[in-house]
Amino acid sequence: MKLPSFEYLRARSLAEAWALHSDAGGDAVYLSGGHSVVPSMALRLQAPSRLIDISQIAELHGVELQDQTLRIGAMTRHAEVLANPLIARHAPLLSRAAPHVAHPAIRNRGTIGGNLALADPASEFPAAVLAMRAELEVMGPEGQRMIAADDFFLDLYETALIPGEVLTAIHVPLPPEGRLFGFDEIARRRGDYAMVGVAAQADMSDGVVSDASVTLFSVGVAPTRATAAQDALEGAPLSSDSIARAQAALATDLDPPDDPGFPAERRLQLARVLLGRVLTRMEAVQ
Amino acid sequence: MTLHIGQSQRRENARRHLAGRGRFVSDLALPRMLHAVFVRSPMAKGRLVEIDTSEAEQSPGVVRILTAAELNARCKPWVGTLDHFAGMQSPPMSILAEEEVLWTGQPVAMIIAKSRAEAEDAADLVMVDIEDSEPVTDGAAALQDGAPLANSGARDNLCYEALLETPAVNEAFADAAHVVEASFTFGRHTAVTLEPRAVIADFDPSSGALTVHHGTQTPYQFQDVYARHFGLPEGKVRVIAPDVGGSFGMKLHVYNEEMGAVAASMILERPVRYVADRLESFLSDIHARDHIVKGRMALDAEGKILAMDVDDLAPVGAVSAYPRTSAAEGNQVIRLMGAPYNMPDYRGRLQVAFQNKVQTSQYRAVGHPIACAVTEALVERAAEVTGLDPFEIRARNLIADDAYPHVSATGYQFEKLSHQASLAKLREMMDPDALRADQARLREQGIYRGFGIASFVEITNPGAAFYGVGGARISAQDGAVVRMTPSGDIHCAISVTEQGQGTETIIAQVVADQLGVSPERVSVTTGDTATTPSGGATWACRGAGIGGETALRAGRKLRERILTLAGALLQADPATLRLEDGAVVDVATGEARITLEEIGRVATYRPDTLPDGVDHSLTVAHHFAPSGYPFDFTNGIQGSLVEVDVETGIVRILKHWVVEDCGRIINPLLVDEQIRGGVVQGLGPAFFEECQYDADGQLTNGSLADYLVPMACEMPDIEIAHIETPTEDTILGAKGVGEAGTAAAGAAAMNAVNDALRPFGARLTQTPMTPLRILDALDAARKQRTDP
Repeated sequence: MKLPSFEYLRARSLAEAWALHSDAGGDAVYLSGGHSVVPSMALRLQAPSRLIDISQIAELHGVELQDQTLRIGAMTRHAEVLANPLIARHAPLLSRAAPHVAHPAIRNRGTIGGNLALADPASEFPAAVLAMRAELEVMGPEGQRMIAADDFFLDLYETALIPGEVLTAIHVPLPPEGRLFGFDEIARRRGDYAMVGVAAQADMSDGVVSDASVTLFSVGVAPTRATAAQDALEGAPLSSDSIARAQAALATDLDPPDDPGFPAERRLQLARVLLGRVLTRMEAVQ
Repeated sequence: MTLHIGQSQRRENARRHLAGRGRFVSDLALPRMLHAVFVRSPMAKGRLVEIDTSEAEQSPGVVRILTAAELNARCKPWVGTLDHFAGMQSPPMSILAEEEVLWTGQPVAMIIAKSRAEAEDAADLVMVDIEDSEPVTDGAAALQDGAPLANSGARDNLCYEALLETPAVNEAFADAAHVVEASFTFGRHTAVTLEPRAVIADFDPSSGALTVHHGTQTPYQFQDVYARHFGLPEGKVRVIAPDVGGSFGMKLHVYNEEMGAVAASMILERPVRYVADRLESFLSDIHARDHIVKGRMALDAEGKILAMDVDDLAPVGAVSAYPRTSAAEGNQVIRLMGAPYNMPDYRGRLQVAFQNKVQTSQYRAVGHPIACAVTEALVERAAEVTGLDPFEIRARNLIADDAYPHVSATGYQFEKLSHQASLAKLREMMDPDALRADQARLREQGIYRGFGIASFVEITNPGAAFYGVGGARISAQDGAVVRMTPSGDIHCAISVTEQGQGTETIIAQVVADQLGVSPERVSVTTGDTATTPSGGATWACRGAGIGGETALRAGRKLRERILTLAGALLQADPATLRLEDGAVVDVATGEARITLEEIGRVATYRPDTLPDGVDHSLTVAHHFAPSGYPFDFTNGIQGSLVEVDVETGIVRILKHWVVEDCGRIINPLLVDEQIRGGVVQGLGPAFFEECQYDADGQLTNGSLADYLVPMACEMPDIEIAHIETPTEDTILGAKGVGEAGTAAAGAAAMNAVNDALRPFGARLTQTPMTPLRILDALDAARKQRTDP
């Protein structure tokens, strides 16, 4: 299919991007890697009159170690998320998620900011960002906002971004020594949308879990924090018992969609299996 | 001197394609060319009330919007039946739906615009009012009493039925020591070629000539179709198939859209281009398979197969495909059952049903994977009840290698096959004892591996028996024109075609050997009705066996011509001369007497120096049709090793083995590539590929994000070995190899998955074997154990 006709404009600064967006009266979409916007236009699922290319704006680029956080520019390509040593060290769930994201040709173009702003419920990075309790740096004509990942993903393809705002960066809090991480997904083919996926991190103190953070994707309309599963892990050693309790708790945490091709019960079962495997294989960054 | 037949050579056109210098229909732009887009039915079944094009006509770039009244009048409707399928019915089909829509995606209007994008813009503005009615989607329901008609032009929903029966089949079952049975469901899938269907129709009113650039396997078939359905003299129709990006049988059927492009070009007197996008490919390319099969197998106490009894229900869409029909697949399913085995008795029943989905028809390995999966799953069950291992039960039942000619219970005649030798070779490659030991050890660790094997026969080199006897105008013969150029190079124009499998490369090898030159000196032209002789082209495995033989005989004819000329020039008896390394050589001494270049020079520029009466023409033509056996069967056996994650249902395909006998091997590299590609196209529908429909007849996974094709990461290493049993029907001795991989890969894989699941008593009988179906089978087995 061919794209409907549209106007393409490249913004050199955020201010220009906002102006171009506001000129279009809301009938505009920001373009970064283009790997979601362009196919959806070709399929005529959306037909904005204007695409505003924000890929050249300096503030959106770079991966930078700051005081308390790692700042990952929104324009960071998936391929760089996969390869960047700072991300591997300080935001390891993203590094571990990246090999599951599509295929190399797509990873060379797709950007983490574009991915998060789209908020596909089957996507890996939103769940990883949620599990790491990251904050999303958002800038709009009214100024900058920092939005906790827990408050960012609202519904199916719906985020806390208000029209005109640009997601500029992801701030991942620097993990303490020894934090354990786990990420995996069940997919029929490498690079496919997951049937179910899990991202988890936890700290260990005195042999018991503290601050467990467990999120799942492909289980509902948005990436989902499994609070009951977290509670089941909290304060106990990471053992087959506590893992079994966490698995059981998913029945409270999840309310997966029920469709004839993939019944809710089956998805919950796969989530339990995967959560068990991820928690069993949690490890610290070497 | 080195013979090139039997040598691995890279595909001659691969470098050009890799360099981006392919010349596909999709790359072609003609002056004044227009672009077509079809408005399609959003419903599977309904009455067309009104089409309002008024707004779309005002859309920028639109040249014309064509509806059924104008477009269909240009084209004689087509009917997808064949005379030898007695009692078969299929209502006529026209380019656009007139009163009734029959499947989701059926074209109802055609937009012609200056660009594809503008045509799509306009298509969004066409208002189609359809009064929908209940579609027939389920194949089994279609044939039940009181089912609504899928196509109101048909008497009922039964497109065709057939029964094959030996006289003693009932006694065989009555006397059997064991009877095993199972029901199977094989999903729909589709070809997913790299290049979608593409056509540019170019009608020139000044000469009345129609040129169609068409990405197809069968240019001559389409020359005939276009001439007859558009009322043009055959000589005024030229079909050119340049590079074609994969076909697999999908691009030899008549489609509404291609016929629409031709009609539009005749109406508008301008070139009209239609290239399917991926969504349209899913909605309108033929789909494959879709069978519900019940099978039984009778065995004696020693595990010898006595008989099979099979019932195949094949829903094929709302009309049968043209000109090869949608019944040919089911027909081959019931005829290939039990084919590798000494099986005295058989009953096979086929019912082909209409339903409101896009039509199914011939796709790589027509019918083979279904017959093979059913037969081999039943053999596997037979092994269980008789306590024989999978190799042993096959050794007891496969036709002995010295028992040919052999006629199968379904009437197929086998000239000479090598099942037992293939089985022995596979056993050596797989080392089943080691696999069993591994399996047992890993089960202790909760890892469930299994292996399975599947024997097969493959139908190749079809003559007139396939379609010609049924009245279809599908050529049973092929033709080649071979000529020597003034410089002593060779050119071969041949009717078999190239879609990426290397036809042109093997034709060059065959011709080169007849004329004592290297294949680099042989150029090959295919795919153009104006420049190649007429013939059946490439389908059902004819390129090597029939095309190769045609090229061989044409090459030999030219060789005789060259040697006669050389004899005259050298004043020698041509019988004392042969061709070698680009020269005429004295047979006795091996001495080079005169080069081909010199002969070319004299014959072209100085024929006056030749003795009177010597024929100096260096162009010959030859046509060849198979005689003798109606088909050349090939055979082989495949093995699969898988690991099933019993908690998630995910299968890792660890290894695949193939032993194959395609007769004389012309190019080992390309033969192995054919087999590997075929295996992948067999494993795809076994695990991944399925066209999913909802109850309303809507295709729900028409994109490559949702329709899963097998990808390199999921595919195993494929180890291949060969037995060579040349056919004696031809000089070349080559049979086909295109279907072999696809024929048995899924069957072996299904047996492997079921072997892995054996400790749980779970069994898969439905493809694709998705994770959810595997988990369902495990649950069902668990329930059976706890609550029998």
